Amino acid sequence: MSQTSADMNDLKKNVPGELDKHLLNDFQYGFPLESRPFQKIAERLGTTEDIVIDRLNELQNQGAVSRVGAVFRANSIGASTLAAMSIPEARLEDIAAMVSGYSEVNHNYQREHHFNLWFVVTASDEQALNAVLDDIEHRSGLPVMYLPMQEDFHIDLGFDLKWT
Amino acid sequence: MDMKVRHRHPPLPKQVILDERDQALITLIQTGLPLSKTPYADLGKSLDMGEDEVISRLKCLISDKVIKRFGVVVRHHELGYHANAMVVWDIPDGLISELGSCLGQFDFVTLCYRRPRRLPDWPYNLFTMIHGQDRDDVLDNVQLLLESCGLTETGHKVLFSTRRFKQRGAIYRKIGMTD
Repeated sequence: MSQTSADMNDLKKNVPGELDKHLLNDFQYGFPLESRPFQKIAERLGTTEDIVIDRLNELQNQGAVSRVGAVFRANSIGASTLAAMSIPEARLEDIAAMVSGYSEVNHNYQREHHFNLWFVVTASDEQALNAVLDDIEHRSGLPVMYLPMQEDFHIDLGFDLKWT
Repeated sequence: MDMKVRHRHPPLPKQVILDERDQALITLIQTGLPLSKTPYADLGKSLDMGEDEVISRLKCLISDKVIKRFGVVVRHHELGYHANAMVVWDIPDGLISELGSCLGQFDFVTLCYRRPRRLPDWPYNLFTMIHGQDRDDVLDNVQLLLESCGLTETGHKVLFSTRRFKQRGAIYRKIGMTD
């Protein structure tokens, strides 16, 4: 199977070529842990190691692939929590920017609820995590609702992408 | 509002003991494998580790469940999944394992966590992240969950995101505090 320029054009319209579809869908888990993993993938897809590496590079450059590697279980290394705040509309923009300014905050969303700002804080340990939460409360003058993960029910087998 | 309970309730999950070489490897692979013919050997070079050691340590991190999944990590948004909602559920404590497992098996559910309630402000104890191609697709998926897991009578809320202020992968290695 080889990539044609038609396949490449397709990806820009969110319809990847057949090889790209397999690369995006079939190796989200169970990635080969052996010396030449891309060679192994190439054998399974009936192509060459060079083409697999080339396509993954391209998918990464386009932003469709974030990385090839590990998804860590929450709290298995370091400490993290979901946190929420209820912020008056007039102050939301400023406080959201203040929260985003912490390198320990990796997700920060406005959501449709009276608790309107939701963010994830990740730090090297509990103490560093609490220091960030305390600091946000101190600077905003508002309470932070702290919602640490207690149990994970999700079996992460990736995400079955559909192209229609 | 009694939300300042964090110092009394440390998170429950057990910490796996990681030695310095595991930590160095984790720090290095957070941004992904190099896309080279021998990515494990190449990773090992800057860690003074042989290819075999890199592979065997990764296998241990996977079997210890420090690494939940190892492979191609896709960006939903860039692949046409433009909507996401945090759907929160008020599940009776005795049913949470059963219902959490039911919800957690769907591939469009990308997170399914038990978290504490914060009464009276926040009665929800199960948190799911639901992706879809658009808002209606997300709501269809929520409907499928309600029917498949017998949750039609269960209190829940769908919190669509209206603005993304920041999104990037977590960085776990020690980093200085910003101010």
